[in-house]
Amino acid sequence: MKLTASLSLFLSALWLLLSGHYDILLISMGVASVLFTIYMSHRMKIIDDEGHPIHLKGQFFKFWFILSGKIFTSNIDVALRILGVKPIQPQLIKLKLDQDSDLSKVIYANAITLTPGSASLHIEDGYLFVHTISREGAEELLNGDMAKLIPKGITGENQ
Amino acid sequence: MNLDLIADITTAILVSFGCFLGIIGGLGMHRLGDFYSRLHAVGITDTLCSFLILSGLAFQAGLTLVTVKLILVFLFLFFTSPTASFSLANNAWNWGLKPENLPVELAESYEGDDS
Repeated sequence: MKLTASLSLFLSALWLLLSGHYDILLISMGVASVLFTIYMSHRMKIIDDEGHPIHLKGQFFKFWFILSGKIFTSNIDVALRILGVKPIQPQLIKLKLDQDSDLSKVIYANAITLTPGSASLHIEDGYLFVHTISREGAEELLNGDMAKLIPKGITGENQ
Repeated sequence: MNLDLIADITTAILVSFGCFLGIIGGLGMHRLGDFYSRLHAVGITDTLCSFLILSGLAFQAGLTLVTVKLILVFLFLFFTSPTASFSLANNAWNWGLKPENLPVELAESYEGDDS
């Protein structure tokens, strides 16, 4: 119930920001579309901790801040490698996934893909296969530089 | 110096850096050896390039609803591009495409297993 209320608030705010017209006719259309979306999400049973994770708050700002810094530096690194200033040394590594919930595994794998220079390929038996463009990038990941960043205590469906 | 001029100069700098990164990403698509390496070149155009161009445009829009929409565009790109990259890479892997140009000892260890 709490999730449904928060989702409808979120959708209404999104609709108001996207529309920019505030007369009676359009607002009532907005209300109708929000209600329809809520109804459909209910029918699809996607209103849960995973689909609408409102329990993830403060700790995420720090995570995103550090991740943006990493994305910035690795962008420059990959650009230099493409231009031929640094060597291109593709690597394929296996990382152990010791996060306890599915949601934190998804965040971990997506954070790796989002950083240029490393991309997650495949998950098998609790291991994540990652392709990186450089030896240094592979070593950083193997040292757990990215795993350390993922906020602790994310709940979500457990395996 | 009035504010408009400062906004224009900031936009020019941000958008040109963004376009430069876009060109590098395109160059990488041709220069890099195999499919998996090319994914990293796309990573550049997905993240910093689009961020620079969109924030450059936001300086032109000022504090209006247009800026909010630009931020939303960036957020949607930010959340969907790793999903798209992963599904490309995962499908390639499942169909048995092996990464090329790996160091010799690594390449041998991945030659054998059929996934």
